[in-house]
Amino acid sequence: MSGASVVVLGGGVGGTLVANLLAKSLKRDATVTVVDRSGMHVYQPGFLYVALDQANALWLARDERGLLRKDVDLMIDDATAIDPAKQVVTLARGGSLPYDHLVLATGSRLDREAVPGYGGSHDFYSLEGAQRLREELRRFKGGRILVGVAGIPYKCPPAPVEFVLMLDQYLRDRGIREKSEIRLLSPINRAFTVESASKMVQPIMEKKGIGLTTFFNVESVDDTKHVVTSFEGESLEYDVLVLVPPHRGAKVVEASGLGDAGGWVPTDRGTLQHQKHPNVYAIGDATDLPISKSGSTAHFEAPVVASRIASVLRGTAPKEAYEGRVMCFLEIGEGKATALRFDYQHPPVPPQPSRLWHWAKWAFNRAYWVTVPQGRVG
Amino acid sequence: MTVTTPQVQPTKCIDARGMACPGPLLTLIGAIRAGQVGDVIEVLSSDLGSKTDIPAWVAKAKQELVGVVEEEGYARFVVRKAK
Repeated sequence: MSGASVVVLGGGVGGTLVANLLAKSLKRDATVTVVDRSGMHVYQPGFLYVALDQANALWLARDERGLLRKDVDLMIDDATAIDPAKQVVTLARGGSLPYDHLVLATGSRLDREAVPGYGGSHDFYSLEGAQRLREELRRFKGGRILVGVAGIPYKCPPAPVEFVLMLDQYLRDRGIREKSEIRLLSPINRAFTVESASKMVQPIMEKKGIGLTTFFNVESVDDTKHVVTSFEGESLEYDVLVLVPPHRGAKVVEASGLGDAGGWVPTDRGTLQHQKHPNVYAIGDATDLPISKSGSTAHFEAPVVASRIASVLRGTAPKEAYEGRVMCFLEIGEGKATALRFDYQHPPVPPQPSRLWHWAKWAFNRAYWVTVPQGRVG
Repeated sequence: MTVTTPQVQPTKCIDARGMACPGPLLTLIGAIRAGQVGDVIEVLSSDLGSKTDIPAWVAKAKQELVGVVEEEGYARFVVRKAK
C-alpha cells in the first residue's frame, strides 16, 4: 500500500479528525492531504453565544495547521472539480491532486438568496451574521422578534429553540423583556423535532411568555412592510426577524455531479461511501442522510471512515459501520440544559434539564480545541 | 389515517428510520419544498409520532397524502407535491 494517497476536502470537525486518525493509523504508508479554503477552523456552535453577546468571536477560530498532525499535508486552496473516473481533484490555484480515496467533508453553505427578501432578516449561522445580529440586538429597545426556519435541512436543529430561550434571558437582563414579544415559528407541529425534548421545552417557553406558531416554514420576506410569509400560507409582522438561512451542499460537489438537487452527497447510511463511487466517502453536513447536520454527527462518522479506508489500504475487510450516533446539548435557559443522545436503534431519552448539563456544554465548548480534532473524546 | 398500497413510483425515497433528529416530518417538508409540483416523496419512518404528524402537516400545507403503508417496525408515507 506504499504511496497510497488519501485526500480530504474540508478542514472542519469531520475533515480534521478523519485526517488525523488516518495519519496516526497509516504512518508513512500513505499520504494524507487536507484541502481547506480558508485554513482557519471555525467552531460554529459558538455563533449562538456571539449573537447574544456572551462570547467574543476571537475564540471561535484557530489556525487549522495547529489542529492537524505534523504528518498531514494542508493545502489552503479551493477544490473546484472532482473527476471520480480519473480519481483527481482540481484546485482553484491551478494544481490538481490525484487520490486513491477521497473524503468529502465539505460541509454546507448558506444560500440566503433562495428566500425573496432575505436581506431584511438576521441570522446566527455565520460569524459575520452573528456579529451583525449582536449589534442589531444591542440597538433593540423593544418590539416583536420572530425566529423562524427558511430552509430544510439546516445545521443544528435545536438551535432556534435554544436561541429563543437564551434571547428571553438576554432581554430580561437588559430590562426590556416587558416591552418585547418573542415568537418561535416552528416548521413542524411542536417547538422541537424530538417529541420528548419538546415536552420539556414547551412549558418553559409558555412560562416565559415565548410565543409558538407551528407549521410555519418561511418562504418569503417583505422587508419594507416587515412581513414574513410561510409556505403554508400565513403571514406575520415583525420588528426584528431572525431566520435560519437555507443550506446547500458544497459547490464542488454540485459542479462535479456528485450530489443530489440540493448538492448533498448520496451516502450509504452505514459505510458512509458515495452510493456510486466506493472510494469516495462523505461525512458531516455533506451527506444526504436525514440525520442532524452537526459537528457531533461528523465527529462520530470520522472514525468509521478512517477505519474503513485504513482497512482497504491494508488489504483487510472493513468492519466499522456508522450506527447513527449523535450527541448534542440543548440549552433551555436559566442556566440549565439537557442532552440528546441517540443512534439508529435507540431514540433519545433526554435527562431532566439541569445546571450540570449546561456546564457540561460550556466545558465542551472550551475544551473542544484540545480534544475533538485529535480524537481524544469518542 | 389512510392505509393504502400506493401504486405510484416515488420521485425520491428517504430512509429516515431511526433518525430522531431532524426526524421524518422535517425531512419530508424539506423534500417537498425542494421538489417540483407532481413529485412523489416516500419517507420511511420508525417514529410512531409520524402517523399523526405527517398527515397533519400534509393537510395544513395542502399537499396530497397518497398513502401510508405499514411495514414490520416502520411505516412508509407517500406524499405528492400538490402546489
